[in-house]
Amino acid sequence: MASDGVKVLGAWASPFALRARIALNIKSVAYDFQEENFLVTKSDLLLKSNPVCKKIPVLIHRDKPICESLIIVQYVDEVWASGPAILPSDPYDRAIARFWATYIDNKWYPCLRAILLPHREEAKKTAALEEFNHELALLDDTFIKCSKGQKFFGGDKIGYLDITFGSFLGWIRVLEKMGNISFIDESKTPNLFKWAQHFSADDAIKDVLPETDKLLENNVHNRRVLECSLLANTIDHM
Amino acid sequence: MAKGDVQLLGAWSSPFTNRVQMALNLKSIDYEFIEVNFYSNKSESLLKANPVHKTIPVLIHDEKPICESLIIIQYIDEAWTKNGQSILPSDPYDRAIARFWAAYIDEKWFPLLKELGKESGDETKAAIMRKIFEGAGLLEEAFVKCSKGKEFFDGDNVGYVDIVLGCFLGWIKVTESMAGLKLFDETRTPGLAGWAERFVSHNAAKDIVPEPHKLIEFYMMVQAAKASTG
Repeated sequence: MASDGVKVLGAWASPFALRARIALNIKSVAYDFQEENFLVTKSDLLLKSNPVCKKIPVLIHRDKPICESLIIVQYVDEVWASGPAILPSDPYDRAIARFWATYIDNKWYPCLRAILLPHREEAKKTAALEEFNHELALLDDTFIKCSKGQKFFGGDKIGYLDITFGSFLGWIRVLEKMGNISFIDESKTPNLFKWAQHFSADDAIKDVLPETDKLLENNVHNRRVLECSLLANTIDHM
Repeated sequence: MAKGDVQLLGAWSSPFTNRVQMALNLKSIDYEFIEVNFYSNKSESLLKANPVHKTIPVLIHDEKPICESLIIIQYIDEAWTKNGQSILPSDPYDRAIARFWAAYIDEKWFPLLKELGKESGDETKAAIMRKIFEGAGLLEEAFVKCSKGKEFFDGDNVGYVDIVLGCFLGWIKVTESMAGLKLFDETRTPGLAGWAERFVSHNAAKDIVPEPHKLIEFYMMVQAAKASTG
């Protein structure tokens, strides 16, 4: 095990596991990454570490497991407090960051999921796309308020909200390629467009953000192998 | 701090409002409570304070709104560090565990109680009850681990998980009387049974958790109002 016993149970394609990895990178913490083949079987270590939800990611630090991606990010921020801060220092700004992170997971992510799954009815597909675009416009607006003129949601460096939303960038690019459509682009979401470029190029991100083509292959493979409902379960377990 | 600096938009019947009231009590913070009639027309002040979700509770501190009950509680803990005991544990690992169980209670367990209230089929209800009891079993284990033999999830004092779960005790009693079953009983979940009694008599909670009969009356009134509007 890496120094100080830090291990991440995750999957290379999982945006939730990516959050844990980005947080550790920001703090320059070395860790072991254990790839979980969650589509086939869950490892004994995963089941033992997260018996309640049986999901990745799990961070194991000094033999103690921490579950749920946003809880892991906050834990990393608090344990390695001497590194660059992930959450803002002001309590009100922290509340706003937590609010939008919860929004992304509870309201925005279901819209992404709705588009990733193949639709049988055209009307439902159109409705899902409209909602997705509407949500992105809201986030574009939120970026202006949070960033206060700087490069990231967190200001001049990557913060909590950048990690929460940015972890989905790979999958947004997959959707764009699959649908031959632009979601984050210069005219529709100009702020997110610029932000995405800065985010992807950041040192903490660039080696862990999955390549679009690899993700696309992964998604096509999964959709061939699995039924719709199983894919939905899969995404929920990522 | 003057009362005018802190306002809470909420409803007496809402456990999510109640838990914020408990957090404010734990920190001895004076506040103005503004009752919102959330189940019919939403007031202008609520729509202005929470334009995204239009839900209560909303804490307004120095004219800045904070939404979502768990986020509000953490804000209270971080903004008033000098007032009394911390609400969240001080150790990062214990904080992660507390956050985990708070999320479990809100996202997995309490929704089962709401689902039970909506279902009418016996078999469906029985299936939901099984899940509720399984969840109660997990919460019992969590209590044993977190409390480390002491009175509350947070140890000697009422803390985050105590108020996140404890705020539901009124509605839990309503569910128990409607289902004719005890959710936190002395045989299956002895830890939680003892904890529940201690919690409702604790200073932070005792005038906040509504009486079950008042909640039942309220529930009937809302159902009647829904039925009449179609």
